[in-house]
Amino acid sequence: MSDVTDTSTPERPAQLPAQSPPVDPAETAAAEQRAAGRLSWWRGESGEGARRNLWLIGVLVALIVIGIVTRPDLYGNSSWVWSNILVILKLASVVGVVSVGMTFVIIGGGIDLSVGAIVALAGVWATTVATQSYGAGGMIFCALTVGLGVGLVNGLLISYGRLVPFIATLAMLVAARGLAAELSDKQTQVSNNATINDIASTNLLGIPLLVYILAAVVIAGWVLLNRTTFGRRTVAVGGNPEAARLAGIDVKRHTLMLYALSGLCCGIAAIMLTAQATSAQAAMANLYELDAIAAVIIGGTLLSGGRGTIIGSLLGVIIFSTITNLFAINGLTTEAQNMVKGGIIVAAVLVQQVQFRSLTQFLGRNRLTTN
Amino acid sequence: MTEREEGVVTEPEASPTGGGAQGGSVDAPLLEAPADTVAGEVVLRLTDVVKTFPGVRALDGVQLEVRAGEVHCLLGQNGAGKSTLIKVLSGVHQPDSGQVEWRGEPVTFANPQAAMRAGIATIYQELDLVEDLSVAENAFLGHEPRRFGFVRRGQMARRTRQILGRLGHAEIPPNRMVRLLPAAGKQVVSMARALSHEARLIIMDEPSAVLAHDEVGNLFRIIRELTAQGIAVIYISHRLEEIREIGDRVTVLKDGGTTAANLPARDTPTRDLVNRMTGRTIEYVFPERPTGAGPAEADLLVVEGLTRPGEFADVSLRVRPGEVVGIAGLVGSGRSELLETIYGARRAEAGTVRMAGRVLRAGSVGAAVRAGMGMAPEERKSQALLLGEPIYRNVTLATFTRYARAGFTDVGRERAEADRIAESLELRPRDVRRPVRTLSGGNQQKVVVGRWLLGDTKLLLLDEPTRGVDVGARAELYQVIRSLAEQGVGVLLVSSEVPEVLGLADRVLVMREGRVVREAPAGELDENTVLDLVMAGSLMEGAAA
Repeated sequence: MSDVTDTSTPERPAQLPAQSPPVDPAETAAAEQRAAGRLSWWRGESGEGARRNLWLIGVLVALIVIGIVTRPDLYGNSSWVWSNILVILKLASVVGVVSVGMTFVIIGGGIDLSVGAIVALAGVWATTVATQSYGAGGMIFCALTVGLGVGLVNGLLISYGRLVPFIATLAMLVAARGLAAELSDKQTQVSNNATINDIASTNLLGIPLLVYILAAVVIAGWVLLNRTTFGRRTVAVGGNPEAARLAGIDVKRHTLMLYALSGLCCGIAAIMLTAQATSAQAAMANLYELDAIAAVIIGGTLLSGGRGTIIGSLLGVIIFSTITNLFAINGLTTEAQNMVKGGIIVAAVLVQQVQFRSLTQFLGRNRLTTN
Repeated sequence: MTEREEGVVTEPEASPTGGGAQGGSVDAPLLEAPADTVAGEVVLRLTDVVKTFPGVRALDGVQLEVRAGEVHCLLGQNGAGKSTLIKVLSGVHQPDSGQVEWRGEPVTFANPQAAMRAGIATIYQELDLVEDLSVAENAFLGHEPRRFGFVRRGQMARRTRQILGRLGHAEIPPNRMVRLLPAAGKQVVSMARALSHEARLIIMDEPSAVLAHDEVGNLFRIIRELTAQGIAVIYISHRLEEIREIGDRVTVLKDGGTTAANLPARDTPTRDLVNRMTGRTIEYVFPERPTGAGPAEADLLVVEGLTRPGEFADVSLRVRPGEVVGIAGLVGSGRSELLETIYGARRAEAGTVRMAGRVLRAGSVGAAVRAGMGMAPEERKSQALLLGEPIYRNVTLATFTRYARAGFTDVGRERAEADRIAESLELRPRDVRRPVRTLSGGNQQKVVVGRWLLGDTKLLLLDEPTRGVDVGARAELYQVIRSLAEQGVGVLLVSSEVPEVLGLADRVLVMREGRVVREAPAGELDENTVLDLVMAGSLMEGAAA
């Protein structure tokens, strides 16, 4: 056999010891840390989300510092500062509620472009003369049902109809706004229901009711994502749909529920926005989808799914409304504002990419040393 | 099926120096062979070629020598580096180190165009033709004969006709749209394109995979005509029979390196080839089988007549509680697809899967899991793990709902259960809060298997459980599988490593081209027999009959 084999089993280059013991530098480092004490939340893997959120809080602090520097007269007045904080939170409340639903959809590996249109449709439907005749309860029920229903349609098209989420929700964006225009006959529908309109003007303990609603939705979203099987499934479905499927998770049904949840959040947002404007029209909540997606992305949620935090999305929304507020108190145009927002989105994605790159490098090193 | 491969080759063959033109159609005019190429001269020589990608050493010291007018076969398992090697030769990748010598001169191809200009053409498995252009337009794509910026269609058609004639296919009209040709015709167009570039080396990546049985003979005839004209061919195929029929010399790759070069294609025993492909230096340590009567209970899993066209057909098998059943077969023999269909991840066209007497709904993983099945799929990273998530969440991925109360997860209990599994599988590191991506391959596999040790798994489907797993962890995994069986779990195991199947399983099924060709207790089979069954090409059986 050997005489016909010219170059059988050439000498292996010495770069890799063939049978090196599987020692992983990261692993030993971690072991040392463990020996010294428990892995601190800050250094440990579980602190990853917290670290990213800290970065966002840093941005927020920087924005406030800019506010103090540019308008020291206003920031010198403590009662103005408090009321301004409430203004920012109130401004963030409607998009904030939409962003919570969006966070779930994006962690689950999808995208929902139709949120603004769903808010408009739910708002218009809830303010038709017929619906208003059922009173505040009827209007709220109508908005939530419409939101949930449209979300379900999105979900059905995507999970069982196998449409790409981008396409399905883009189509829904167009169709829902069309239906809203049809229902309202392109008119602005005034809400005559005092209970609904009061939602936007009521304060409890000096804090607007809208902010309480945002807080309630964020807390519910946080619990749902971090403490329930629904949240666990969301991460699994977005992180590795094939692994989730082979582990027995019904990926299609869960995807359907994610879009329904997003629709439901839009229904809540529709009531809030209608209350603020005391009216609804087909053009309301224009481009909310972009605000929500941008907030979720700068909040550190991976657009490819599988990882993200509700708190990050909330901070993202608050950063945006702080920028809006900053420009307003300085009397600057919304055009300049949009440019700054665009810059922040790009910066956030760049930060994500750098993190991703260092992660893949880490993985590469890891594999070479263990195999 | 007792005849050995050597016996199947009955026809006289083209000699290694490239003289054989018999079998070619007489009316095919043999055009001028490239005059400056001497038959038998070495046209391509690779020395210690290395190519790394982030995290992977795809080529790790490849040696290769190809002569003019020969058919040089490349053998190797999936992941051995064949594809990367082709891409280096065709200019898609550039080697990190080592030398590529083309017709006596060291070269580096900056891009595919450079390789093409130098005379190296590659015919990929999925043919890269533009379906809506004509035969002639495809043949001369990118280098159409032109004058004043206008394509000279007449000249192009004439030269295409000439080349098609040289390939023995003068009957293909140059103006026919490629979409309308059968697969074999498209392959001829691909080769015409190679010849339009005056290629001196044509690389064919599994060319027979897209062809029907009777078309392969025609392919071989064309290859013989090419080599008779002094053109070198690098031929890649999994089918040993084809290599024996058309090949002159064989180079075997394993793990990115050459394990044997220039073996005679016809005379090298199958066993030697396979040994060099698998290159086993590993000592397999298998746990003892329990002695005694063995499992005698009623069947746990009964599969009857399971069929998915193009993947596998009419497969029936049984697994009893506490029994390890092994399936041996090559990649592409339908074994992984079979496993996934039993598990409900693919929907069967015909046939039934029964667990403990109850028929499972086809195409429903949920039904299979509820009936007590668990699967460790072939691709750990892409099919089984959430790499960024902690170990315990990966271990409980299939069971976390059971620990939950009213929809709220009980992380404390999940961790405790995962700790217990980590303890019993000797997972390293033991800290279950660490993300799975920091584990070695063997430990990741333990996480996947461990997932099904929670809950009440009755049947475990394992697809290549030891791929990418180091020797030590392998022995541990074997131990885990055996002890599961002793606890009454049925195991259905798929592996391309025959000794693994023979050493671990109680009963063995051999699959080839989507069919079970043999079923026997492991004790009655030896490695040689199984390898012969696994590698034999039914294609050539048909031709020889």
